[in-house]
Amino acid sequence: MKILVPLKRVPDPELKTKIKDGSIDLSGASWVVNPFDEYAVETALRLLENGESGARDGGEVVVVTIGPADAAQQLRSALAMGADRAIRVDGEDKALDSRTVVAVLQAVIAEEKPDLVVMGKQAVDGDANQVGQMLAAKLGWPQATFAASVELPADKATILVGREVDAGVEYKRIPLPGVVTVDLRIVSPKAVKNSVTPDSFAYGDGPRYASLKGIMAAKKKPLAEKKLSDYGATPAPVIVEKGVELPPPRKAGQKVDDIPTLVKKLVEEAKAV
Amino acid sequence: MGNVLAYCEFGGSTLKSSALSNLSFARAAAAAHGGEVIALLVGQGASAAGADAARYAAKVVVVDDAALEHYLAETHAPIVARLAGEHGASVVSATATTLGKDLMPRVAGLLDAGMASDVSKLAAGNQFVRPILAGNAYSTVEVSTDVICATPRQTEWPAAEPGHAGVVTTAPAGDVDALGAVVERIESSKSDRPELTDAKVVVAGGRGMKSGENFKVLEELADLLGAAMGASRAATDAGMVPADWQVGQTGKIVAPELYFAVAISGAIQHLAGMKGSKTIVAINKDPEAPIFQVADYGVVTTWEKAVPELIEEIKKVKAAR
Repeated sequence: MKILVPLKRVPDPELKTKIKDGSIDLSGASWVVNPFDEYAVETALRLLENGESGARDGGEVVVVTIGPADAAQQLRSALAMGADRAIRVDGEDKALDSRTVVAVLQAVIAEEKPDLVVMGKQAVDGDANQVGQMLAAKLGWPQATFAASVELPADKATILVGREVDAGVEYKRIPLPGVVTVDLRIVSPKAVKNSVTPDSFAYGDGPRYASLKGIMAAKKKPLAEKKLSDYGATPAPVIVEKGVELPPPRKAGQKVDDIPTLVKKLVEEAKAV
Repeated sequence: MGNVLAYCEFGGSTLKSSALSNLSFARAAAAAHGGEVIALLVGQGASAAGADAARYAAKVVVVDDAALEHYLAETHAPIVARLAGEHGASVVSATATTLGKDLMPRVAGLLDAGMASDVSKLAAGNQFVRPILAGNAYSTVEVSTDVICATPRQTEWPAAEPGHAGVVTTAPAGDVDALGAVVERIESSKSDRPELTDAKVVVAGGRGMKSGENFKVLEELADLLGAAMGASRAATDAGMVPADWQVGQTGKIVAPELYFAVAISGAIQHLAGMKGSKTIVAINKDPEAPIFQVADYGVVTTWEKAVPELIEEIKKVKAAR
């Protein structure tokens, strides 16, 4: 089984947001793999391995990104976690929108013919949550978004996805090939099941850290360098950023000494109770 | 062209309150595009809610078919895309609920449309203001396709007021092809409390509550106030409370009249989900906790001491009324 994981680099979400000349100031940014995409890599690896022994049960995990030369670092991170192969399509963030990204991924998929695409539900910089669903539409594939759990049966013909929806948890089964986008609980200890890992086995919480051995191995794994034109794509964004503003600061609050004072203020001042 | 096709979620014979936010966005978009609002209801049983939808829009289109028993993006998206064409829509919208977020990008894919997610404001007909970076900045994006898809954020758009006597028409579902996708089951988390995203008051607890058992006292406070329960990611990840209580960038976005953050430190992630609340109360024993920077009222104390006292004081206020 071949799993394709598209991933994006994002500025470190822990850093303070700064604005310069009407756009986000990324001059001093350090870059990381979008956390949800990192969870997608973890999901793909868990789907293909015996969690208890750590042995891969065949299959291949291919990671792909569209980004500048530096984005190769984030691909290497995914390779160090255990992905097998990487593709970097050269492109600048400013020239890309969800439609362009989807067009490139569609062409990559035509070439790679994966059985499953697993990706983050959204990138934590743009927070748009569009690419997975748009891609599924373009491919005519079924989709299962916001996955909190996945279960791959032995025949690998379908995947059962637990999705956190407004009404609770929906269990949706889609035939493969299909697109799954993952939410954060997909990396909880028992969220990913295949027919190989024993049911009793529990992973550590969160995505795995790359081992030293993994980091060394990643340096030798194949990383193909491509251009947008290799996939017949031209950067012609239809979604263009016109400006960015910081949210208005909240009016400074007040500390109150005790609960009776708090309730008095909630009643009389805020009229909230 | 110029019309706005507003996909509306419904329950039984009424629109969901989230749909009313979409309709208020749709009215603004229709005014900017010189068109009218067409409310669209899709699903088995949708006919029952047609009359309610007609109170909010001059035109209502209902697609009611037994093949649409469960919502599936695979079956709903082609219907929405087809009707967008038939009704000359230049904007197609759904509220950014988990359903709207699942559906609308798929519709955009089918229509080859550009999309604006989580729209908080309309800057011009094709310019949308939306939060990025977990709400730490607002970006204005221009979408230049002929048809634009959008998901307005419920907390940023007030519920539309009724005032129409709209015309309800039906449209066929056409060939319903789920592409093999099936909903096997839904484990619903039913509760007598209001829905988190609709509640006027939210009582939320964090890691500092230490265990699910300790949330009982918060639930008592919530029930006293008719509030919904919320939690930080730390508390849901630790399994203290159900995952669907999570408020934050990756959970629910809420903006109630009153939000209690109890034993929540206030990670960026959490603040992104609640800082639109009208009045925020923080109770935390750590005076340096970031939650105090967004709180209107902060009390530095332990939840063990504060919450029972809060319950007593509020009971007194209620008794005096």
